[in-house]
Order: sequence, then structure tokens, then C-alpha cells
Amino acid sequence: MIECSLNLRHGGFYLHIEARFAAEWTVLFGPSGAGKSTLLRLLAGLDRTGAGQADTARILLDGRDISGLKPGRRGIGMVAQQPALFPHLSVSANVAFGLHGLNQPTRSKRVEEMLALVGAESLLNRRVQHLSGGEAQRIALARALAPMPRLLLLDEPFSALDGTASDVLLERLQPWLRERNVQVIQATHDATDAFLTGAEVVLLHEGKRAAQGPAVEVLLAERERLERSLRTAERPAWNQSSSEAH
Amino acid sequence: MDWQALILTLKLAAATTTILLAVAVPLGALLALGRGRWLAVLEAVTALPLVLPPTVLGFFLLVLLGPKTAFGRAIVSVLGHPLAFSFAGLVVGSVIYSLPFAVQPISAGFAAVNPALVDAARLLGAGPARIVGTVLVPLARRSLVIAAVLSFLHTVGEFGVVLMLGGDIPGATRTLSIVLYDQVESFDYATAARTAAVLLAMSVAALAAIYASGAARSARAGSTLND
Repeated sequence: MIECSLNLRHGGFYLHIEARFAAEWTVLFGPSGAGKSTLLRLLAGLDRTGAGQADTARILLDGRDISGLKPGRRGIGMVAQQPALFPHLSVSANVAFGLHGLNQPTRSKRVEEMLALVGAESLLNRRVQHLSGGEAQRIALARALAPMPRLLLLDEPFSALDGTASDVLLERLQPWLRERNVQVIQATHDATDAFLTGAEVVLLHEGKRAAQGPAVEVLLAERERLERSLRTAERPAWNQSSSEAH
Repeated sequence: MDWQALILTLKLAAATTTILLAVAVPLGALLALGRGRWLAVLEAVTALPLVLPPTVLGFFLLVLLGPKTAFGRAIVSVLGHPLAFSFAGLVVGSVIYSLPFAVQPISAGFAAVNPALVDAARLLGAGPARIVGTVLVPLARRSLVIAAVLSFLHTVGEFGVVLMLGGDIPGATRTLSIVLYDQVESFDYATAARTAAVLLAMSVAALAAIYASGAARSARAGSTLND
């Protein structure tokens, strides 16, 4: 379980989130600029706070304060929209990068296991430059999971996969994560991700938590809100002011 | 041709380049990836030899390394002789004088590496040394080649620092630039022309090798190579 209290001011953007993520799979949903990626980066420890006086970050993972820990010591794996594979290394070396402390046979076995999990066994010895966008995202996922993190952060990770491939990958992934007690927080624009994974949805709006709950409740409420605001916006300005005047 | 001076010059350039690479890689990583206002001060200090007259730098080093300062006396007590007017002193002076020629290409090369790769390495548990060794150096290797060649050539051609700090001692501190100066001073223009031609040929050959290998072009386009 993740509990966090985050305050970050960056230019004109202000993020203030106090939340508890207890679900097996949490989907962060919201428009561009809502703070989804910023929240994930703060949880991962990639963006440090403290630049401004008001900036604070307190993050508890299973009750343990990880706020002051370096990214690699938090027990967190992350896959971003941009896979960021090391271009000078092979696929297997990329997946093995986070397994520095393990001996060679264990490392090789883990790499094979991870590649099988994401359906990329055949890519073991390929050069990263020769991968398609979808293949690169699978390898990035395998690389993030290889050190067996307690929490997996996904930032639009399946954008380069077609719908069917993404569904198949999720079907494989979910039981594996459940078995190993790996919690997932996924940022997405796509509401179907929330329904597919049976996730709890956290709706973010302008750097704040606007709603949190089961996918159906939160997303339907958001749809109704958007429809209402669209209907209001469609009315001409003179009509709005005249109705307000009466 | 003064072969002794040529060999000494090449030895000085090789020693200086080796030390500079060892110093410039961590320094370049700090400048490229570090945060904080003090980095601007560090950057300015690193770039100082670019604008400081070599004779001024040589003079400061001569005084600092001489027996009248505590630092100079400490060096004498360790080495048994002062650094000034010795080959080791020339190496120290050359390293400081050529520092920006090594640090700036390396720092620029590291800064051009996709920051998402550094983030990925950090998330996978890599510390600063591993990030530099396994991510930044392999991806910015062409910048390292450029830094090495520039440092080498700059050392080969240095004059003011060498003259102030090392004097003109055959076999110890007399480099090709000093030999050229001596030859011109004694109106031996024919020999001076040959010495100058050797220095010119070394510079042209090294720069041509860099451009032929595409290292300069690739270093400029570094950011597109590592996405």
C-alpha cells in the first residue's frame, strides 16, 4: 500500500495530493497536465522536491518511509511512454541491467523468465535499435519487473501496442503480479485500461485528486460532468448571460 | 630535428591527456547532470584557462609550486624537489591549461544523452559511477575521442605555460614549441620551418582523423543517437 502527501510547485503548476493507494491496480486518469506523470515521477524519486519552500514529499510504501531513498532503493519499477532502452546494449543486457547483485546463472534465468512473461522470448539477443515501438515497450516492462519491485509505475506504457496485443499482455501480466504481490499504479488517457484491469480509478484534475473509487463510478461521474460542461459551453455567451440575469 | 624535444612533447601530451580524461569524465558528468548554483562557479573555474593568458597561468603556478608557499614546500618534502622546472611540473601546468578542452566536449556529450536513459538507470539501482561508466561514457564516446584529441594537440602546442613553469631544460622541459622559439631567436629559420611543419602536420593529421571518422558530426548530433 502506498500513502503519500505531496506538494510541488513548478512554474505555474501546483500539485497537491494526499492519497492512499491500496488497490492491487490503480489507474490515474485525467487530462493532459493533470499531474499524472509528475505524481509517478515523485513516487519513483526521479523528481526531487525541496526546490521551493512549500515543496514536500512524504511517501510510505507498506508503512515504510521511502521519501528520502534514492530511486533504485525504493523497491519501485517504472515504465514510461518512452521505453528508454539503452541503445548500446542488447535486449538481454537491458533486462539484466537492474540485476547487478545477482550471479550470472540467476541473472540469465531471470532475464528469460521476464522476456517470456512479456511475450518477447525471441528478442533475447536482438539489438535494441532493431525493435519496433511495441517490442521496445515490452522489453522496458520486462526490465522494470526483473528486479522484482514491490510497486510498478506505468506511464502510458502500452501506447505503441495495438489493442489486442495490449489485452493479451495484461492477461498474462495480472496473475503474475498478483502472485508476487506487486502493486501497480498506471497513468493513462484511455478509460478502457481501467475497465480491463478492474482497477480503482484516481481522477486527477489540475494537480489535485478530484475523485477516487471503482472505475465505473468515477468514470461515469466524470463523463456526466464533462457532458454538463460541454452543454454549457455550447450555449452562446448572450444566452448564458441573459439566463443568468433572469 | 630535435628528436629529444619531440619525444618529450609527445610524452607530455600523452600524460596530460590521460590525466585529463580521468579528471574530465567525472567533472563533465557533474556539470551535465548536477544541480545547484555552485555548478556555475565550477563551470567558470573550469573554463578560466580559455581566457587567462598562458603566461599569467604559468606565473601563478610557478609561485604556487615554488618553495615560498606552504603548498610548494609540502610538495618538496614529498617529492624531494620542487615541481617547477621539472617534467612533473609541466604535466600539472598542462593539465590545468588544457582542462576546458577536455571538460567542455565531454560535458556537452553527456548533456546530449537522453535524460530518460539516466532516469532508467537510476530506477534500476545504478549509482553515479555506474551511470557514468555504463550509460554516459558509451553513449558519448565520440565526445571523449574529441576531448582526447583536442587535449593532446593543445598540449603539444602550448608555449607560455611551459616557458614560465618549466623554462628551457633539454630533456626535462624543452618541448617542440620552446625549440621553435629558440630556433627563431637564433635566426635559424630553415630548421624553425621544419619544426613548425612537424607541429602543423600533427595538428592537421589529428583533426582530419576526427572529421574523417565522423566523430565531430556524430557528437554534434549526439542527442539523436541515444533516443
